[in-house]
Amino acid sequence: MSRIEGVLKALKGQGRKALIPYITAGDPHPDVTVDLMHTLVEAGADIIELGVPFSDPMADGPVIQLACERALVHGTSLRQVIAMVKEFRKSDDATPVVLMGYLNPMEAMGYERFADAAKDAGVDGILTVDLPPEEADEVAPLFTQRNLDAIFLLSPTTTDDRIRAISEHSSGYVYYVSIKGVTGSATINVEEVAAKVNHIHELTALPVGVGFGIRDAETAAAVGRVSDGVIVGSVLVDTIARNQADTDQLKRALTDLLHPMREALDSLAS
Amino acid sequence: MSVKLTEEMLSALPDARGHFGAFGGRFVSETLMDSLMTLEKEYARLKKDPEFQARFDKELADYVGRPTPLYFAERLSRETGGAQIWLKREDLCHTGAHKVNNTIGQALLASFLGKKRIIAETGAGQHGVATATVCARLGLECHVFMGAEDVQRQSLNVFRMKLLGATVHAVQGGTKTLKDAMNDAMRDWVAHVDDTFYIIGTVAGPHPYPLLVRDFQSVIGRETRRQALEKTGKLPDALVACVGGGSNAIGMFYPFLSDESVQLYGVEAGGLGIDTGKHAAPLCAGRPGVLHGNRTYLMEDENGQIAGTHSVSAGLDYPGVGPEHSWLKDIGRANYVSVTDDEAMEGFRKLTRVEGIMPALETAHAVAYAIKLAATMDKDQTVVINVSGRGDKDINTVAKLEGIEI
Ligand SMILES: Cc1ncc(COP(=O)(O)O)c(C=O)c1O
Repeated sequence: MSRIEGVLKALKGQGRKALIPYITAGDPHPDVTVDLMHTLVEAGADIIELGVPFSDPMADGPVIQLACERALVHGTSLRQVIAMVKEFRKSDDATPVVLMGYLNPMEAMGYERFADAAKDAGVDGILTVDLPPEEADEVAPLFTQRNLDAIFLLSPTTTDDRIRAISEHSSGYVYYVSIKGVTGSATINVEEVAAKVNHIHELTALPVGVGFGIRDAETAAAVGRVSDGVIVGSVLVDTIARNQADTDQLKRALTDLLHPMREALDSLAS
Repeated sequence: MSVKLTEEMLSALPDARGHFGAFGGRFVSETLMDSLMTLEKEYARLKKDPEFQARFDKELADYVGRPTPLYFAERLSRETGGAQIWLKREDLCHTGAHKVNNTIGQALLASFLGKKRIIAETGAGQHGVATATVCARLGLECHVFMGAEDVQRQSLNVFRMKLLGATVHAVQGGTKTLKDAMNDAMRDWVAHVDDTFYIIGTVAGPHPYPLLVRDFQSVIGRETRRQALEKTGKLPDALVACVGGGSNAIGMFYPFLSDESVQLYGVEAGGLGIDTGKHAAPLCAGRPGVLHGNRTYLMEDENGQIAGTHSVSAGLDYPGVGPEHSWLKDIGRANYVSVTDDEAMEGFRKLTRVEGIMPALETAHAVAYAIKLAATMDKDQTVVINVSGRGDKDINTVAKLEGIEI
């Protein structure tokens, strides 16, 4: 069983929902990313999605675009991001880490070398925004062979046939993109999301994480009610942007943001 | 090393997944997949629909002004002292460039699909103008995304787009040029996927765009083939076209791919020189990667971050290239070369002074290379330059380079 599967199973056994924060590696500086990852865990994270910065993040809104730019100013490379996970693992071998990014940095590194290095560092899952399963036949087997979970996206426009097919290619969880739009752009319509997520549950046995548009305890709870986990991204990255000058203050701000979400999710358990 | 391409091989490409050999494909976020699959299906149907094709042909004839002439550049040929140089006059298309062949095709597609809101990216502004033009013609809402730097250096075209009723969005992200405009257009598309049609301006992007843009632009090569046979009694010995994303080049090359005797030259922007790194020549100096929905040659750093590009011409200032060109390079069917900013400026002046035809700075790259090439060829051979656009839009840039205020 993969670390992701284990964590999600255990949570399910307790009737709890996964809190999955996203931050961009190297933002605001490569030196603080590992520290921030530990902060996220202390504040209640069950799984961490660690963004790999890319020069052309086409599926991201301005908040994460700017995070990529801040990280790239310091030359944050995929190799360095993997090294950060290795460092993180020295003191945390329980929290799953999913690398989330775009295909080209992986292609430039070489897929086999990337998969080996990711496995060796203790990465658990790979989510590639611009890689639909149709194009993954070369890459996905390299992940599966190493017991790395390949996590694919589902969206409001995904047809039932595709939901089934994509789920078959996925392991760990599937990531439902709750809105038509880029990260950080719109507010979610909770009823629509609930209907679609319930429908996805009918088509796959995999846990469903929901991301895009979750910004506070209220939306986290509303989405947590129907999903197996919530992914929180832009609002955290925006907090990083506003507190980049002072790391201690930044850690407090991230904690203050995640804590209420954790509590709101756990209050669903009873 | 070149392979003989048969009609049969060519009609099998791209394959069902949009691949040209190792290139092309569909690398986009999930939200766009359904739209792209629908577009692929609908286009396959309309491609065979006589009503759609008749409508497209009529627009090309009466609105765009086709066929465009194949003109013998007699003085230029004599001065060059080699092969006969002929010009395919896409600069005479309505709006002044080949871009409109594609925008009219895609706008008709949008209309047939019932989409009323159009978005487009633009570099030089030619594609933006061509899109705004057909939107005015067909009564469609038009949004053009343009890098903030390009908005500056192509202010004339920005004004033209606004006059035509388009909204121009200045893109502040990244390097503020064409690739960033394309990123923002994709972002807009994801957010408005139900009612919006994205008119991509070149043979890049996810499948089926490289296919449909090539089909719409192939009218250039089909006419050239017929006109060359009529006027010179034989096929040309060489075709020369500039390559930004590669739409005017593929439009010229495609109908000749199985004619082995016809040499194909795609001319990329060498900028300040390939060895300076300040250029926009992914086929000459890049390597394969994935950007904007397809696998193709790219300019990138060792970590897979897309590199900044430089060219005197905004329309060539793009770090990628259409996947079909990447395939043609790898199988050795087409030659990809580059000329520098300075050489292109020389080509611009030469064609202007010797033939009274002022080419776009993009086109000037093809002119510069063709002159070099023709000089090495025999008098009974022929070279056709695809004059992809006219240079009026560039006079501010040219004046600035010459230190003149206008
Ligand atoms: C006149 C002209 N030629 C060529 C190009 C380059 O595009 P492509 O390589 O797709 O023909 C442009 C792009 O703006 C253009 O305006």
